[in-house]
Amino acid sequence: MAKKEKKKKLTFSKAGLNRRDFIDRSFRFSIGLGLTGIAGVLIKKSKSKEYVWQLDPEKCIHCGRCATSCVLTPSAVKCFHVFDMCGYCDLCGGYLRPEAKNLSTAAENQLCPTSAIERKFIEEPFFEYHIIEDLCIGCAKCVKGCSAFGNGSLQLQVNHRICVNCNECAIARDCPSDAFQRVPIEEPYRFSGNSKDEKKS
Amino acid sequence: MKKRFSIIILLIIISLQIYNSFAVQRFPKPEFESGHTQPPTITPDPRAHALAILDVFVLVAALSVVTWLVLKKRFRIGVFWMSVFAVLYFGFFREGCVCSIGSLQNVTLALFNSEYSIPITVVAFFVLPLVYTLFFGRTFCAGVCPLGALQDIFAFKPMPIKSWLEKVLGIIPFIYLGLAILYSATSTDFIICRYDPFIGFFRLDASFMMFIIGAILLLIGVFIARPYCRFLCPYGALLNLVSRFSKKHITITPAECIQCRLCEDSCPFGAIDKPVLLKDKEARPVAVRRFLIIGIIIPVLILAGGFAGSQFHENLAIVNPKVQLANELLHNTNYGETEKEAFEIEAFKSAGQSKEELYLEAAAIINQFYYGGWVLGGFIGLVFGLTLLSLSVFKYKEDYTPNKSNCLSCARCVDYCPIIPESNL
Repeated sequence: MAKKEKKKKLTFSKAGLNRRDFIDRSFRFSIGLGLTGIAGVLIKKSKSKEYVWQLDPEKCIHCGRCATSCVLTPSAVKCFHVFDMCGYCDLCGGYLRPEAKNLSTAAENQLCPTSAIERKFIEEPFFEYHIIEDLCIGCAKCVKGCSAFGNGSLQLQVNHRICVNCNECAIARDCPSDAFQRVPIEEPYRFSGNSKDEKKS
Repeated sequence: MKKRFSIIILLIIISLQIYNSFAVQRFPKPEFESGHTQPPTITPDPRAHALAILDVFVLVAALSVVTWLVLKKRFRIGVFWMSVFAVLYFGFFREGCVCSIGSLQNVTLALFNSEYSIPITVVAFFVLPLVYTLFFGRTFCAGVCPLGALQDIFAFKPMPIKSWLEKVLGIIPFIYLGLAILYSATSTDFIICRYDPFIGFFRLDASFMMFIIGAILLLIGVFIARPYCRFLCPYGALLNLVSRFSKKHITITPAECIQCRLCEDSCPFGAIDKPVLLKDKEARPVAVRRFLIIGIIIPVLILAGGFAGSQFHENLAIVNPKVQLANELLHNTNYGETEKEAFEIEAFKSAGQSKEELYLEAAAIINQFYYGGWVLGGFIGLVFGLTLLSLSVFKYKEDYTPNKSNCLSCARCVDYCPIIPESNL
């Protein structure tokens, strides 16, 4: 029964098309055309291969939201030490609390809530500071201290080994100073100050 | 003119000072006598670009395999294992980003905002599933999309829901799509990513609220299969439209339907259309009158929707951080904080932009939302109108066939059909 009907339909139009098929085909063609158009325009516009999220330390106001807004716990934003800018101070504004009683590594003197900064004696009167990445939570307390009293060599940056590169960064959404931006993958870090040589090496 | 000039000079001086405060080293770099060398700053590399291209290849491969399994092999278990693979690779391994659902916002942003340059891989994630759907139906939904695949695995005891409810809830994805496009076109927010219910499971980390929402959706999904795909997914709304015109599509029976009704209740998504026989057809004058009424209603709905949308444009715009900042400054509300100045206001003051400039920017954004509100409202009105129209269109058919727009090509119904194709005999 059904077969007979199909045969009838076929003979009905010469091209073997009924109205329904024709409409479907023209819609399919126009959707295909639209899609190629959109893809073409976008590919032509696309400049860089890939983007990653990074924050601009010059815009950062050290609010501490990087530690809490990231989709990861602990945050993918970490403190980075730009050694090139560091003064190797004994009285380090990033390492010690403002009201610290003595200049020592005692826990009560440390500004960092997780003791993620390691203080190493180099020679009189210089000390070198290292960030222990696994402990750092990106709270920006040391960054605030260092830029208020020191050279600003401690800077917050997105650690790309940890960052999952969300389509829209959750921190960028919450950042009060709009410091988060998409940057080309070729230059994934943005240090402020005289750290240009640092990047190359 | 003079005034403006002096302001510009003042701004230049201020900006120079700001620049200087960063560039100056308060304490000079020491010269070590002990011969200590300064360690380099550690900068871990991001994920290589080649891996992003690999993702696109995996997407193409997965789409091809699922399409082949669905259309050629008609093999449900294979599709199931592809879902498991999608959950593992695109879900847990790639941690859910970038996905095709979210990519529609990147595409909108790139089309409306000339500053944003979209990566080619994201374009591929947006276009490829649409192309496959245009030719083969929604095979992307069947076993490639990690969100769909996760829910598909959880659909243990699917129950049918009333068809009127299905129709009404089916409008939500279009509203969601409209809102997502509005917010990404105005560079405000990516709401699809923000309210992605399952990405928290893939990353094993999310806010408490999103975990609860994701868990509730999965629990509902045990009984009402794939609630996110059917009643929320905005990309699904696009695929729904494209799939209607697909060149090929999964069929329930490999040969000819014998109306045995075995497949009738097999679809957990209610996507099987029952035969509509001639005797159900209503009288012609009634149908004609209804069509006339709908023909009048649709433009009225579009206009009413547009008007309503434009009335709500300020409420829609307040989500934009700039508009919100302007609003807080204008009313002196300080983001509801009483103890100290809110960070946003502190940052605004230190950035050195004047309030008037900010207000002008915010007004421009609100204006965008005014027109966006008209378009969004009109679009929602159109969707309501077309839904009404589709309810009253009468199409004669005698076989059980999958509904091309709602069918997710999961191939569950295939196993219910008793007919074995001649080639296998």
